Amino acid sequence: MERKENNILLHKTFHIEGGDFINAGSISDHVKKILSEAGFPNKIIRRISIAAFEAEMNVICYATRGDLSLFITPNFLKVVVEDEGKGIPDVNLAMSEGYSTADEKIRELGFGAGMGLPNIRKNADEMILTSKFRQGTHLEFIIYLDRQETQLPFE
Amino acid sequence: MTLKEVKETLNADVISGDHDLGKEITCAFAAELLSDVLALAQEGALLITGFTHSQVVYAADLANLCAVVFIRGKRPSEETKRLADQKKIPLLTTSFMMFEACGLLFEYGLKTCAIKTENGKKGK
Repeated sequence: MERKENNILLHKTFHIEGGDFINAGSISDHVKKILSEAGFPNKIIRRISIAAFEAEMNVICYATRGDLSLFITPNFLKVVVEDEGKGIPDVNLAMSEGYSTADEKIRELGFGAGMGLPNIRKNADEMILTSKFRQGTHLEFIIYLDRQETQLPFE
Repeated sequence: MTLKEVKETLNADVISGDHDLGKEITCAFAAELLSDVLALAQEGALLITGFTHSQVVYAADLANLCAVVFIRGKRPSEETKRLADQKKIPLLTTSFMMFEACGLLFEYGLKTCAIKTENGKKGK
């Protein structure tokens, strides 16, 4: 596993500003572009882009600022999102479908249905979420490149 | 059905993507929540929504949807339109309400493109 971790073909980090609803989606769009240009299969690109969009929205909606990093290795794609902000007091509760602390503004923008984190989990092969209340949240998810044929993310 | 037939069925105006009206539409998904779109809409779906911010175009592009129809005569901002042009996602607007727009397309024979949820029957 360590050998694979060191074998990073690409590492790119994007800054996300909390509350920047106007540009929301632009970072996931970059991620998609990078993966499309690298020639990954459409299904993989769709899964990682959707998960990245949800993660990007979470930083914009709930954090002060954050960084989203994309790692490409020969065996897997990994996205790490590190943010500073209010954090999540109960991670298990946040992972349950329909649970949301979104305010009116977030809902007006079509988000905050409590589907984001469960949707990231559905699209990823592995997901780790940790949070320190009133400090920030660390999220990472991986999609394996050699498992694509057997993976049915929505079933 | 083609996007042109969608346009005619809904008496819709084409906001962008006029040249793409020959696109074949096999199924549709209607939502006011982008999270629902990202979680449930299947690839290639026509999205029917009242949501006009540019995030709808990002969501449609990231989820590989084929076109967006805005309901209740809603029109997106110039920025949303520009982004849709860039992403080659056709945008249409109809004066019908969500329920009517869905009903008309369903009657025409367009099927749902959603992943089934616990209470629903299979989407396709």
